[in-house]
Amino acid sequence: MLSIIIFSALAIVAVVSGIAVFRVDSMARATYALAVSFVAVGVMLLMFDLDYIGVITILMMVMEMAIMAIYMIMFMGMNPALMPMSMVHNNRWSAILATGTFLLLAGGAVLVPWPARSGSVGTEDLTMALGEALMGSKMLVMLTVSPILFATIVAALVLANPRGRYDRWGDNLQRATPDDPQQGGLGK
Amino acid sequence: MTGEGMNQAWVLLAPVLLGAIALAGAALNGALAARAEGRPALSGSARPMLEVVRLMRQRRRVTVAADRLLWRIGGMALLVIALLKTAVIPFGPWILADIPVGLVWFNAMDVMVWAAIWLMGWGANSAHALAGGYRFLAQAASYELPLMFALVTPAVAAQSLRVSEIVDAQQSLWFVVWMPVAFLVFCASVLAFSAWGPFATAASGDIAGGILTEVSGVDRLLILAGRYALLATGAAFAVALFLGGGAGPLLPEWFWTLVKTLAVLAVFIVVSRRFSGVRPDRLAEVAWVIGLPIMLLQTLVVSIIVAVRG
Amino acid sequence: MTLQLVLVVAAALFCVGLYGALSQQVIVMVMMGLELMLNGVILAVGAFWWFLAPNPDGLLLLLVVIAAMTVEMAMGFAIATLLHRSKETDMTDMATELSG
Repeated sequence: MLSIIIFSALAIVAVVSGIAVFRVDSMARATYALAVSFVAVGVMLLMFDLDYIGVITILMMVMEMAIMAIYMIMFMGMNPALMPMSMVHNNRWSAILATGTFLLLAGGAVLVPWPARSGSVGTEDLTMALGEALMGSKMLVMLTVSPILFATIVAALVLANPRGRYDRWGDNLQRATPDDPQQGGLGK
Repeated sequence: MTGEGMNQAWVLLAPVLLGAIALAGAALNGALAARAEGRPALSGSARPMLEVVRLMRQRRRVTVAADRLLWRIGGMALLVIALLKTAVIPFGPWILADIPVGLVWFNAMDVMVWAAIWLMGWGANSAHALAGGYRFLAQAASYELPLMFALVTPAVAAQSLRVSEIVDAQQSLWFVVWMPVAFLVFCASVLAFSAWGPFATAASGDIAGGILTEVSGVDRLLILAGRYALLATGAAFAVALFLGGGAGPLLPEWFWTLVKTLAVLAVFIVVSRRFSGVRPDRLAEVAWVIGLPIMLLQTLVVSIIVAVRG
Repeated sequence: MTLQLVLVVAAALFCVGLYGALSQQVIVMVMMGLELMLNGVILAVGAFWWFLAPNPDGLLLLLVVIAAMTVEMAMGFAIATLLHRSKETDMTDMATELSG
């Protein structure tokens, strides 16, 4: 009974703050409303015995929201004053489509006869078991995700960096120290 | 008292103890500042209490078109985060919440400090405060990866993420002996997430106080107390992770934990007065090009030792 | 706390995100809508894991979803930065032409 109450409270927090993302008057509030939604989902995952993944979700998402706030302000240049902002296109059809999708998914969730639970959680340390699965029997997942993440780092830097090699090191790549607007700590 | 009753009493005692340790740190800092100015040290160590009284009486400042909700949330968050961190730190045999992922919880809480300090910078609607908030985020992105690996290394050695098991795994040899790099990186990161010492550029004088520019009164008290509380809880966690927790001869475990925490906190405060402020943009390259590979090497060495030991 | 209740909540999060991703004009707000959708997906995957098959191998899907979310965020911000730098805009409607 208590778990249902806690879960319902968290669910209401998550959905209301999700709606608040698109309704509030300032970009920083939108970003941190999304952070609250993620923290609520992280705590819900904690209720499913997913300790490590729940806490990691909270960690990653708060970090991501802090960085996203920087991008928000950089692109939209707003000040902390609260100004009503509503920049939408095709509002009516988006709402209709979203509501339709919700009815479809929720109807499916309620009406589909889900199978019974197969297997039990067991008493072993779930984090240790997950790590051993990732590094042992399911190593292929790790092998696939690692180059994807590495390619993301490289691609994001390539796309976002305004200065290439020739801007920094000169036309013959001969300069001793790179010509950056702000020198790094090591002069590289 | 029985063990059960003491555990329940610890829930009430932990915040008081955290406040006392933070106050001790502030008193030491005040004494050192007074000595540096030529005044007697004792008057300096009384300054924190006098500041508390002064700030409680002071009027709260509100700026024009400030985002009050986010600003006050940011201000209150530092103390709350410090309290949540203490929940997983063992004090002798007592611990508030010995969750199986206590180490990751500690890391998650100090990421919340990112959000708190940025909110403080943003909410004040002041250019200097915003500059302070951005400085902190730049420095945070630099120290975070080395800190995560410094937290992972004791977990690898103890083969568990539970803080009490990490403390128990140090009964034969303290972790600081064979992972000194991780210890140093962790201590530097404690200074960094408390915005203290060389990493205090977010609140430094060259931007008129940074995040502390526009706050006054009880809000200022909460932020300053929050910084000291974060230092105190970081010192306590360093003791649990690297210095063997409550291990020590003769006296009970909680006494040794307290002594070691106070010693580490004193080292933090004394040593950080020696360093000038580190610029966040220069810190990024140093942390990622030098700090991260050294930290990875340390983790590799520890992993090899653990794998060979079986 | 049944599977149906959790899935309805996950569907709600997904559809709020869908509304945001479809209707917002600013790129960063579209990305926040996508994040909400993935939020719903993470909750749904966790619920399926707990209620149907709680063995550790199933958690790998959760990790892959989180990795996919990270990748999407990084690429989205990189593209938004590039768009802002070349066209001085952050609206999706201004990015509909390939050249000029």
